[in-house]
Amino acid sequence: MIWYVLRRLLLTIPTLLGVAIAVFFLIRVMPGDVVVVKLRADGAAVSDEAIEAERKRLGLDKPLYQQFGEYMAGLPTLDLGKSLWTGEPVTKEIAIRMPVSIQIAVMAGLIAIFIAIPLGTISAVYRDTWIDHVVRVIAVSGLAIPSFWLGMLMIMALLTIFNWLPKIGYVPFWQDPIANLAVTIWPAASVGYRYAAVATRMMRSSLLEVMREDYIRTARAKGVWQALIMRRHALRNAMLPVVTVIGLEFAFLIGGLVVTEQVFNINGIGKLFVDATTRGDFNLIQGLVLLIAAIFIFVNLIVDLLYGWLDPRIRLT
Amino acid sequence: MATVASTPPADAIPRRPNALVTFAKAQPLGLFGLFIILVYVACAFGAHWISPYDPEEIDFAAMISAPGAQHWFGTDQYGRDVLSRIIYGSRTALAVGIISSVVGCVLGALLGATSGYFGGRIDSLIQRVVDIMLSFPIIVLAMVVVAVLGKLTVAGVDLNLIAAITLPIIPRMARVARASTLSIVALPFIDAARAAGFGHTRIILRHIVPNIVAPFLIMVSASMAQAILLEASLSFLGLGVTEPTPAWGLMLSGTSADFYQTAPWMILFPGLAITLAVFAFNLFGDSLRDWLDPKMKS
Repeated sequence: MIWYVLRRLLLTIPTLLGVAIAVFFLIRVMPGDVVVVKLRADGAAVSDEAIEAERKRLGLDKPLYQQFGEYMAGLPTLDLGKSLWTGEPVTKEIAIRMPVSIQIAVMAGLIAIFIAIPLGTISAVYRDTWIDHVVRVIAVSGLAIPSFWLGMLMIMALLTIFNWLPKIGYVPFWQDPIANLAVTIWPAASVGYRYAAVATRMMRSSLLEVMREDYIRTARAKGVWQALIMRRHALRNAMLPVVTVIGLEFAFLIGGLVVTEQVFNINGIGKLFVDATTRGDFNLIQGLVLLIAAIFIFVNLIVDLLYGWLDPRIRLT
Repeated sequence: MATVASTPPADAIPRRPNALVTFAKAQPLGLFGLFIILVYVACAFGAHWISPYDPEEIDFAAMISAPGAQHWFGTDQYGRDVLSRIIYGSRTALAVGIISSVVGCVLGALLGATSGYFGGRIDSLIQRVVDIMLSFPIIVLAMVVVAVLGKLTVAGVDLNLIAAITLPIIPRMARVARASTLSIVALPFIDAARAAGFGHTRIILRHIVPNIVAPFLIMVSASMAQAILLEASLSFLGLGVTEPTPAWGLMLSGTSADFYQTAPWMILFPGLAITLAVFAFNLFGDSLRDWLDPKMKS
């Protein structure tokens, strides 16, 4: 088990390296010039010399292979260079904004799990009744409603009904849990809805499939109580695909956050990514893309470990 | 006198049932989705005749007017008619959606078919690339393309925006196409084609590709929903379509958020337009999948 985890962790290195190299070269072919964008914003008259000097300061005048060498040399120590916009180290810019995004993502994940598992189960058990239809409509709408628009609707409802808006600014949970939740619950709910919808659909179809299995019929023939069949035999086996979906979608939550953080004006990873893209700050883009790849790989590893726990037949070797 | 056997009356000839009719009977919800899609298509093509106002016409006398007889969906902060902008917006959404999902699926299908057909090293190389691309959220991939390429507007359409939306579709289609190809390559007619001395290109294009049409169509309609949602998100972030072109995501972005209380219609209607379009394509895609290939799972 420990060996398995270690080997998997070692295997992530070549993948991350591949991503790092791909992103570096992809981004350097960008025709836009961050220095020009930065200094000549709003049509300011800046001399070519000043632009050249700034380029030199940022190390953008060096030949590509040298930039690449420095970038590669920095990777093992997590030195991802400096933001071309603020001049702060990329890791610092990211670290400041990590907590709020991670918290919202985890909350959205919890919302999804607590909605999807019961709702999907009910939907499968009462298949083709009105309950099932209601659940399916809720789930299909979750796939269609853009999370950022849902967020806007929430703000609108809060304003109209309570004449209140969530405050801007993040307070760590351990400092003031209520103030913290008052800020984070809305974006978590708006991205969580889609997440829950995807997981509910998977829960329903996976449970329906399991309930057709012979061992369920056998259990029923033995006269096992229905609730016990569900708990001991059906749910546990139906969880595998659901865990996969929840895991994969967790990594994709970052995508939902990119847009939704903008709506709620939350200064997280998503907003940072949008800002970096608009400003052409490619050191920052590079760092964020690497971070997202790392999250994805890490989440996949956890999903695989969960497999072994849920289904002991799956050996992790 | 020899009688010529007369042809039997027309209704006696067993006809192959019309595809649309069988689809409608088997998948009424899918038909509903198709109906909504056709309404959007009609809006896109007939925008000029249908929409009551010019979508870019600024009317300061009618700024932020509530929905009413004059403006059914109200007006925005420049006095532009929201309904007209939504109708014209369907042009943007469908154009970007259709082009990027068709191009993305064609490229993905070719890539997947090649990967599945050759197997071995080519397969594992392509699959690694596909894996890496799949490990990124769709929007992140699209934003990197937007950041790398900037804007390239040809005939009012931002080609780089389309490229950004196309890219995330390719690996998803490639996955599906590869899986279908693997099951076809094992069939005897491929061996027969090889034995007949056909080249790889001919076998892939003439023998494999026609056999993966069903998953292809399913993926096209599913990625259409994704593409529309992605275009709306990018435009909302200010990375997609730019003013004054009417686009749903753009209508929700920027200063429209200042009008939560004073002009909720500016936020309600464009969002509804996106939701309904995505809903319709999803519904149609799901039904198409159930109808064409009940075994396939997304």
